[in-house]
Amino acid sequence: MAGIVIAGGGDCGMRAAFAARDQAYMGVITVVATEPGLPYERPPLSKPGVDGAVETPICTLVQLQESKIDLLSGVSVQSEDRAVRRVTLSNGASLGYDKLLLATGATPRKLACMGGELALPLRSLKDTQRIYAAATPRARVVVIGAGLIGMELAAVLVARGARVTVLEYGPRPLGRNVPESLAARITDRHLAEGVDILCNVQIAEVTQTEAVLADGRSIPSDLVIAAIGVVPNTALAQAAGLAVENGIRVDGLLRSTDPNIFAAGDCANVLCEDAVHRRFETWQNAQTQGDIAGRNMAGANLQFGGSVRFWSDQFDLGLQAVGETTGQASAIRRMGAGTELHFYLDRHARLVGAAGLGLGNAIAKDIKLAQKLIEATLPLEAALLADPTTNLKRMLRPMAAS
Amino acid sequence: MANWIDACAADDIEAEDVIRFDHAGRTFAIYRSPDDQYFCTDGLCTHEKVHLADGLVMEHTIECPKHNGQFDYRTGEATRLPVCVNLATYPVKLADGRLLIEI
Repeated sequence: MAGIVIAGGGDCGMRAAFAARDQAYMGVITVVATEPGLPYERPPLSKPGVDGAVETPICTLVQLQESKIDLLSGVSVQSEDRAVRRVTLSNGASLGYDKLLLATGATPRKLACMGGELALPLRSLKDTQRIYAAATPRARVVVIGAGLIGMELAAVLVARGARVTVLEYGPRPLGRNVPESLAARITDRHLAEGVDILCNVQIAEVTQTEAVLADGRSIPSDLVIAAIGVVPNTALAQAAGLAVENGIRVDGLLRSTDPNIFAAGDCANVLCEDAVHRRFETWQNAQTQGDIAGRNMAGANLQFGGSVRFWSDQFDLGLQAVGETTGQASAIRRMGAGTELHFYLDRHARLVGAAGLGLGNAIAKDIKLAQKLIEATLPLEAALLADPTTNLKRMLRPMAAS
Repeated sequence: MANWIDACAADDIEAEDVIRFDHAGRTFAIYRSPDDQYFCTDGLCTHEKVHLADGLVMEHTIECPKHNGQFDYRTGEATRLPVCVNLATYPVKLADGRLLIEI
């Protein structure tokens, strides 16, 4: 029996493997993982310990054995033959499959300017080890890109004693997915901690000793990091003739245009409940979609729905957001100690998104409740959401309200 | 020998909620269930050492504030990935409106 083959040993692929077993799948499950060693979690990579990069394994060898998951590490899928349902691996071997999952993830976007190859990416454990080894105290570090990864790295590196400059092409940091006023608070904190941030700048050249801007300014640097987003890994899907457009196009069941091939995580562009295709780049999405794809390959019929959540820790500030948080917030709840929550309602007064900022995990509980409120699709009153004395859990259970 | 520690007033915890309790260099989470029963577990998630008291209690489940790992706080059982190691639990008793935990 050919079984399930999973291309990709990240959070998504591993979750899919275990989920297929949870769904009582009896066949062979093989995970083909490009990186050597045991699969590890990526979120801790931008949160180093005192000795540098932290490696957090996703599972133990014993757990793999108990769940009868075959892990081929240091190997990648080179090609697939859909007609005979077979993949060819980089070590020359080939594997037949009944169901194939492409959980191939994404690759950091490369800096296109002169000397761009000198800028280090952050994706793998190896990348992280190189960055932390080079970012010694007093080292001059230039981070290109003021998105979540760039800003998290800047916070970590300045706290380790490096002198950090962040360069951003857009008008403000965290412009893509963080509400403006929360992004401004995080930015102010960076400035107070000694991070230099230059917005509306373009990079013209990277050399061993400087980053040169398009306007001619030079920023001396010992280390340049490119944190300018990721590109989904779709080469395999493309070569196999699957539909690809900003990722591998899949339906709500996470099936590609070939019903025996699924895609999930960073590489998948998923048909959502509102008939729009979306591609997500978060840890929680990798987990959720991995779980759904694993179960569906094992015979379940689960639809991807719900809302995607992310978090970011910078200095002692914790940011969390869920769902759609663009435009003007419908209600803002302020809870003391700088903790605030922004709620986004649609035109039917249903919650579609929430974002919060506070010390540590102060807003975690409320963001989880917000996620449940989004999924409940109940009409909500903005004034009640804004009132810190309103219990969000009660809003979730209007029938039980006293 | 039983070592009962006075942790807090029962009223310090709302129904279906959790608070953090630190004692002798250790950290615990104390829960009040929707039906006003009290429970105590280790305070840190077995996955990434996050304080569970910042997490969300729904019915008899505590969800880690960072990841989506869940435990049944009555038994400490890990009920959803990524957590797979159970939480240690400790007996709780109510006396004169105070909660005592045995550690």
